[in-house]
Amino acid sequence: MIRAVIVMNTQGQPRLTKFYEYQTPEKQHEIIRQVFEVLRNRAENVSNFIQADAICGPDTQLVYKHLATLYFVFAFDSSENELAMLDLIQVFVETLDKCFKNVCELDIVFNFNKMHTVLDEIIFGGQVLETSSEEVMKVVEEIAKLEKSSSAISLVPKYISRR
Amino acid sequence: MGKALGLGKAVGPPKIITRSMKTKNGGIIDRGIPDAKNPRRPHQIPPLPDHPHRPRHPPPPRRHPPRAPLPDPSTKSTALQKLTYLSSLHPPIDPSFASFHAIELLPSSPPFKRPSYLFISLTFPSSHDLLLLLPNQLRKDLSSPNHPNASLALQFLASRASSDLARDLTPEIFTLLNSSKPILRRKATSALVGVFTACPDSVRVCFKRLVENLDSSDDAGVLSAAVGVFCELSRTDPASYLPLVPEFYRVFVDAKRNNWVLIKILKIFARLCPIEPRLARRVVEPVCDLMRRTMAKSVLLECIRTVFSSLADYEHAVELAVEKNKELLGCDEDANLRYLGLHALSLLGSERYPAAVMECKETIIKSLSDADPNIRRESLRLVMGMVSEGNLVEISRILVGYASKSDPDFCNEIFGSILSVCARNFYELVVDFDWYVSLLGEIARNVNCRHGEEVERQLVDIGMRVEDSRMELVSVARELLMDPALLGNPLLDRVLSAAAWVSGEYVRFSRNPFELVEALLQPRTDFLPPLVRAVYVQSTFKVLVFCLRSYLLQSERESSGESDLEVGDGELNLVGKKREKRKEIFTYESMKYLLDLVETAFGPLLECSDVEILERTRNVLGLVRVVREIQGQNVENEEGFKEGLKMCEIVEFIDAAFSEELGPVSGSAQERVIVPDGLVLRKDLSILDTILPNEDLSLSESFSLRSNKFKEVGWVSQPQTQNNDEPELPSESTSLLVEHRRRHGLYYLPTECENSVPNDYPPANEPLSLLPGSVDATENDLARLAEQSLVSKKPKQVKPRPVVVKLDGDEVSVSAEKLKKDSRETLLSGVVQDVLLGEERKPESSRKKSSDKSSRRRVKDVLKDGETISELQEHVSDGQRQRSRRHKHRTHKEGSSHRSLSKDDDPHSKHKSGERANCPANLNVQSPVIQDFLL
Repeated sequence: MIRAVIVMNTQGQPRLTKFYEYQTPEKQHEIIRQVFEVLRNRAENVSNFIQADAICGPDTQLVYKHLATLYFVFAFDSSENELAMLDLIQVFVETLDKCFKNVCELDIVFNFNKMHTVLDEIIFGGQVLETSSEEVMKVVEEIAKLEKSSSAISLVPKYISRR
Repeated sequence: MGKALGLGKAVGPPKIITRSMKTKNGGIIDRGIPDAKNPRRPHQIPPLPDHPHRPRHPPPPRRHPPRAPLPDPSTKSTALQKLTYLSSLHPPIDPSFASFHAIELLPSSPPFKRPSYLFISLTFPSSHDLLLLLPNQLRKDLSSPNHPNASLALQFLASRASSDLARDLTPEIFTLLNSSKPILRRKATSALVGVFTACPDSVRVCFKRLVENLDSSDDAGVLSAAVGVFCELSRTDPASYLPLVPEFYRVFVDAKRNNWVLIKILKIFARLCPIEPRLARRVVEPVCDLMRRTMAKSVLLECIRTVFSSLADYEHAVELAVEKNKELLGCDEDANLRYLGLHALSLLGSERYPAAVMECKETIIKSLSDADPNIRRESLRLVMGMVSEGNLVEISRILVGYASKSDPDFCNEIFGSILSVCARNFYELVVDFDWYVSLLGEIARNVNCRHGEEVERQLVDIGMRVEDSRMELVSVARELLMDPALLGNPLLDRVLSAAAWVSGEYVRFSRNPFELVEALLQPRTDFLPPLVRAVYVQSTFKVLVFCLRSYLLQSERESSGESDLEVGDGELNLVGKKREKRKEIFTYESMKYLLDLVETAFGPLLECSDVEILERTRNVLGLVRVVREIQGQNVENEEGFKEGLKMCEIVEFIDAAFSEELGPVSGSAQERVIVPDGLVLRKDLSILDTILPNEDLSLSESFSLRSNKFKEVGWVSQPQTQNNDEPELPSESTSLLVEHRRRHGLYYLPTECENSVPNDYPPANEPLSLLPGSVDATENDLARLAEQSLVSKKPKQVKPRPVVVKLDGDEVSVSAEKLKKDSRETLLSGVVQDVLLGEERKPESSRKKSSDKSSRRRVKDVLKDGETISELQEHVSDGQRQRSRRHKHRTHKEGSSHRSLSKDDDPHSKHKSGERANCPANLNVQSPVIQDFLL
């Protein structure tokens, strides 16, 4: 299964973290710090996998992708294929790209909830759920529509709430 | 009273306003602030201010705020989102104070529901107290008509379900497994991993639908999710899922295009094939086919890995996989593929297919200098796997070459693996110990080397175990000691300590003992830590005694003529070639110089604060004074000195003590010591356990202290009497001892420490010299043991491999640690087996009925079933007996329902079942079940 998803920038500030096995806040912080320590020391053009038994527990590997100012990191165990995980990061990033039109770090900072919604449609409780970014987008839009409609019912008219 | 009433009055209106505003305006302008112009008009809704978020006037200060007004869902939700953001991205913030608020928000409308679910799924552990409040809300959401709500609840259950929660909600999940919406079915299936692990009993309810989802043809995602669940479940206990092999095989054959499913199924096969050889026979061809035609690298990699790890018996498959793997290794532009290729190759192992690994030798060696640390590490592992007796020297030479060129981390990894491979199983690969010892010296001298402790251990260990290597060992030690540059490096302290000990212990193999003394006494030794310094002092002592003794022997020989030589010291004969040279060394002048040198160098150490150094220094200086002063007057000239030495027997005594061989200590040595009568070892310690259940008693120190004390006593007093006294000592004072034990039990050896006496040589606690007669019982035992278990040489070598002393206890010390299985896991696999076997037992017609029934029955019934697992298992085994009688009938029936499997195998079935009848003993309990499907 996939154990964790971490998105952080090149300064080591986390932008999105999701641990599919519960970790205490301190432990999460520690893991993120250690992962960043490993990542910052890696050169460009080397392989994207890291044995992470020391960081996240036995039988864990990390796969990461460095895009612009961000690292996308997935931690997973031997039930997942490394190259498939690399593809999955690609799917995630593509979906975000469709979602935010040319995604950048700021989009991720300001759309914390939406990031989680997107991620939840791709990875579900540590299992890969959907691998096509079109399908994911469909579901995400559906959710957004539903929330909009229900908020329209219960809230004040838009001209007020927008101000 | 009145005040209280007034307070109530004052507070009332704003609250009412708040409520009314909320109902009308959906909580947007909820500030509890009345319009400034119409301060309090409870029953009339004030007109909306121009800027609802920024009232023109500050609110009138409230003098007695009774409690904070309840914020509306929107405010709360916003706050919760902020907290979620902060706690998840700046983790040291503890968000648990808001747990209750999050739960309060769960029933609200979707825009608020989602953040609160996000909050609880990010911050609640599955042991959270407030989870008790959730079941009803989750149940409502799970059965809600719009799928995002149900998704949220499932999502939470998938990763954070507690056993209670999972048990309570199993019926809802069961319903969702059959939902008409594929996306819900998919999510419910995925959620089963978490639910099953949290509550194994839910397997009984949901397992059948999970298996049915393997058949689902309308949505690829559902199939993918189901396969994913089985892949996850089979990780802990693959054997339980053997009965499902036919299903897996069908999915594998059908899933031509879906790479995600193929990968997961291959993973499952890789786990099942080792337990079920017939499955391996079935899948090897399809896997090869897949390997040939697939375009996806991930699937190709998974095929290669499956073949290497589980189908390695099929040579053609391995050949094909090696061929394909070479393609991966050849991808110069993609480091990932090269890394994964090397990684897969290491699964194959060079023991079984040395040729396959050797074929890629060039690539592997080349990869040692790759820029990518992963690739270097994998290739190092592979190279170390290729090591054999014949090529060890060659490979080590290449590796040390690479080490000097690479960065410190990798350099140390290389050294670490060389050291561990060479030391494996008592240096079984090392033939030429002279070479190995000098390699150790070379490794220790490398600036980056951080393996000082291991080098130290091996230097001492080889010295004790391999007699033939001692000459080279001493010369390596001498080089290490003489180099003043090494002394400042704290990483090398341990190595130097070993070198000092070796040079002292085996000084008789040294060409020039005076050089050693000079090296041991050089001024930079002040930089050494006290423990190492103490070893230095002790070694100086040994070398000094050796020199004095040699000088004495030589002068004896000179006076009695050359004929005496052969009867002389045996040790000197060992190194007969050096005799001539040495004769010139031990002169009166040199001895005098030596004594002066020792005295000057050790003088300042008498001020030393470290007792270990102080004591040893005193010993050395004491000896020097004895040699110089006992014969007082005539020491100044050569003859007098000689006479004095002869008269003074102490030199001979000490030398004899030092020449006693120190053998390696067996890991189980302590067990062999006979416990004297009346010494109660276990009784009091059980009391101790109750008092200090978790106290970690590190008592090896106290053990060595005690033994040292015994030895020293033996040395000082008359050895004979001590020897006689010793066994009686405990019996005389048994009652006292028992009393003492009772009072100070803490300081006694715990029983479990008995077999953990370290095998290492303890440098600082080196026992002082022992007279031959005073060796205590333990030492005698050990010496005898060492003699008993000499290992014979390997005959075929050109240069015979020297003897390596092994003790029969050494292997025992590696205790086979049993992996304790998580009780929950065993429970889970128990239930799964239960369900599967039970299911197979039922005839086809009753299946549907039972599934309908189980959908209706609540979990309470499930639990009742759970209590009778053992009973059920008995039934199962009964059922199997019955089943084997019905064997023929069933084969026919299953054959029709699993066409894809059985279509071409009918002719073999007789043969196979005959085979089974021949060897029923080593087959698994489930084996008969798959038998029917597979054939």
